Amino acid sequence: MSATLAAVLQAALLALCVGLLARPIGTYLARVFTSERHLAIERVIYRVGGIDPAADQRWTAYLASLVGFSAASIMVLFAFLQLQGSLPLSLGFGAMPTDQALNTAISFTTNTNWQSYAGESALGHLVQMAGLAVQNFVSAAVGIAVAIAVIRGFTRSHTDRLGNFWVDLVRGSIRVLLPIAAIGAVVLVFGGVLQNLAGPHDVTTLSGATQSQLGGPVASQEAIKELGTNGGGFFNANSAHPYENPNPFTNFAELLLILLIPFALVSAFGTLVGDRKQARTVTLVMATLLGLMIVVTTVSEFAHPGIAAQLAGGAMEGKEARFGVGSSTLFASVTTGTSTGAVNAAHDSLSPLAGGAVLLNMALGEIAPGGTGSGLYGMLVLAMVAVFIAGLMVGRTPEYLGKKLGPAQIKLVALYILVTPTIVLLGTAVALAFEGPRGSILNAGPHGLTEVLYAFTSAGNNNGSAFGGLSANTPFYNLALGAAMLLGRFLPIAIVLALAGSLGRQGPTPATAGTLPTNTTLFAGLLLGVVLIVAGLTYLPALALGPLAEGVR
Amino acid sequence: MTATAPLRQLFAGLRVLLALTLVLGLAYPLAITGVAQIAAPGNANGSRVSTVANANGPGSEGGAGRVVGSDLVGQPFDGPQWFHPRPSAAGEDGYDTLASGASNLGPNNPDLAAAVQERLTTYRAENGLSAGQRVPADAVTAGASGLDPDISVENARLQSARVARARSLAPAAVAKAVNDATKGRTLGILGEPRVNVLRLNLALDRLRR
Repeated sequence: MSATLAAVLQAALLALCVGLLARPIGTYLARVFTSERHLAIERVIYRVGGIDPAADQRWTAYLASLVGFSAASIMVLFAFLQLQGSLPLSLGFGAMPTDQALNTAISFTTNTNWQSYAGESALGHLVQMAGLAVQNFVSAAVGIAVAIAVIRGFTRSHTDRLGNFWVDLVRGSIRVLLPIAAIGAVVLVFGGVLQNLAGPHDVTTLSGATQSQLGGPVASQEAIKELGTNGGGFFNANSAHPYENPNPFTNFAELLLILLIPFALVSAFGTLVGDRKQARTVTLVMATLLGLMIVVTTVSEFAHPGIAAQLAGGAMEGKEARFGVGSSTLFASVTTGTSTGAVNAAHDSLSPLAGGAVLLNMALGEIAPGGTGSGLYGMLVLAMVAVFIAGLMVGRTPEYLGKKLGPAQIKLVALYILVTPTIVLLGTAVALAFEGPRGSILNAGPHGLTEVLYAFTSAGNNNGSAFGGLSANTPFYNLALGAAMLLGRFLPIAIVLALAGSLGRQGPTPATAGTLPTNTTLFAGLLLGVVLIVAGLTYLPALALGPLAEGVR
Repeated sequence: MTATAPLRQLFAGLRVLLALTLVLGLAYPLAITGVAQIAAPGNANGSRVSTVANANGPGSEGGAGRVVGSDLVGQPFDGPQWFHPRPSAAGEDGYDTLASGASNLGPNNPDLAAAVQERLTTYRAENGLSAGQRVPADAVTAGASGLDPDISVENARLQSARVARARSLAPAAVAKAVNDATKGRTLGILGEPRVNVLRLNLALDRLRR
């Protein structure tokens, strides 16, 4: 079988598996977040936290709890990284430098998992398990909580209450992420992934060289790293590392874990709003976008343009032999279409068009299908832009899911759309304006500009993948990207919660003959156009200077 | 009241985080470690390979065999008697497990083009190929991890004659060893066919004995 055909069939099999699993998991998700019952362990957690799980919160209180929890997370993780030298299982590693520890603490709390450190040469096992991997769970659960609160804004009427953040957080962690991650971890161990608490020790290789044999609780971290669309590798090479991702089977399992919750949440959305066709429309747009990115990256990499790639006779620089082109471009598209950022190939070595495609995939706001929760609420905001634009054409007040989108709502929607591009483009501009940050670039010319643009796009959209040639462990990048991650996570969350609050206060607007149906394929086409035009065009000038300039020369 | 509200949320957050850390950060990974160590200890401990066959089987630790690394992690091989792994960007000399990573050089980077050109020349000279002969891409490019354990099947076949000569083995014996060390695509469609370099070199060492 040709490598191209195998790549097509692999993508088709992945789509089939996600399609089969998204619906039952979505139904389960809908039940988890509407259940009246608390599990025993959840009650203990509420008691420890001094929380009343029956309290129904206004959007402001929901946001305050979310910010309080996230601030506590950043502080605890920062302290953890500073103190690891005096903790067990540190493997002899000392404190992380302050700017890098701050960057890392923000990075994992915001579900970004940008890494300016290399795991195998900086972190002990305890800080990986009890520091970083805990954030892999809870930062994903925070995203899911926000998505659920936004759905409640649509389904509830005449109330200013959006649910209880703590309950949503704990249920997302304990009932959703933990069991699926446990199954995923065991599957990965059977696939060959490492799972122990040993430290590194030297072995003499077959030809007499010395090589360090590594240990670590890798499978347990790998499973939640993918499931929670986090992406922070246990080792520097991330999912390209043979201990994180030893073979094509584990690679497929990791891809499936990444896509599971984002698509299942869309299904849960359909169930909760009582119109499954709404979910079908959103799924269609997400899948089309992801499919488009897979096609572009795969075709470009098989064609392997570029002086060095042409000379080598294939785009294998920065790719593992067991994955080849097909499994690498599929992973690159999936990891940037979600907010994952795990990589099984070096994105910096991708051909200009493929590198530009994964960059655009993030820049669209990661909605194909996006991160856990953030993908859904990001897409719902774009759907509101789409009904607004359609409403302008016919001169009607736009409605979405039975709620009127008046000036107040549209202002919030517009703000949401503007926040991330502002952070990304401003950050990139500042970095390129100064000699110091420019000095971190590895590849010269337009490719170097892409390295910086990629870094801020990745941080601002909470992705975490990198054009790894950029030397990002400098005080400037640690702090600037830290700020980008922080703002890129919490400003959009604050805006969508405010939006959900204002929608919940409204009464339902019954659909009339003049209402634009949003559960049709026609609307999916409109939404796809809005995504590409509104979100895509914002980045066109920057893309023209980077990947496009490199590609046409 | 309003001044203490944010602090109250912060303290509630700290306490909830602590409780969740016990479940998600300790109980979960330790339970998975326990299950892994009981159900699949060979995998969980890094798929170690020993000079005697059946490295992960019972009794291999105390046997005559010496653990030479991991089935999954590539290691350096230099000299005509060995099959060579791919170029590696991990550490100064390559295959440094404490510095995994890629070169991150772009497809138009002149340094990468020069390195590829040099590797092409060396590869052709080492394996007695003519100047224009096609060399598989994986032989002249560095992988993503710097620890790639595999090479392409074509890459292994092109190295076979040299290895057979250096070891005074029949070409057919080496060809058989290459076939034995070859893995196809999983389910026929996942990943790429490949040859594990350490497995292959080990098999050749055993042939000689």
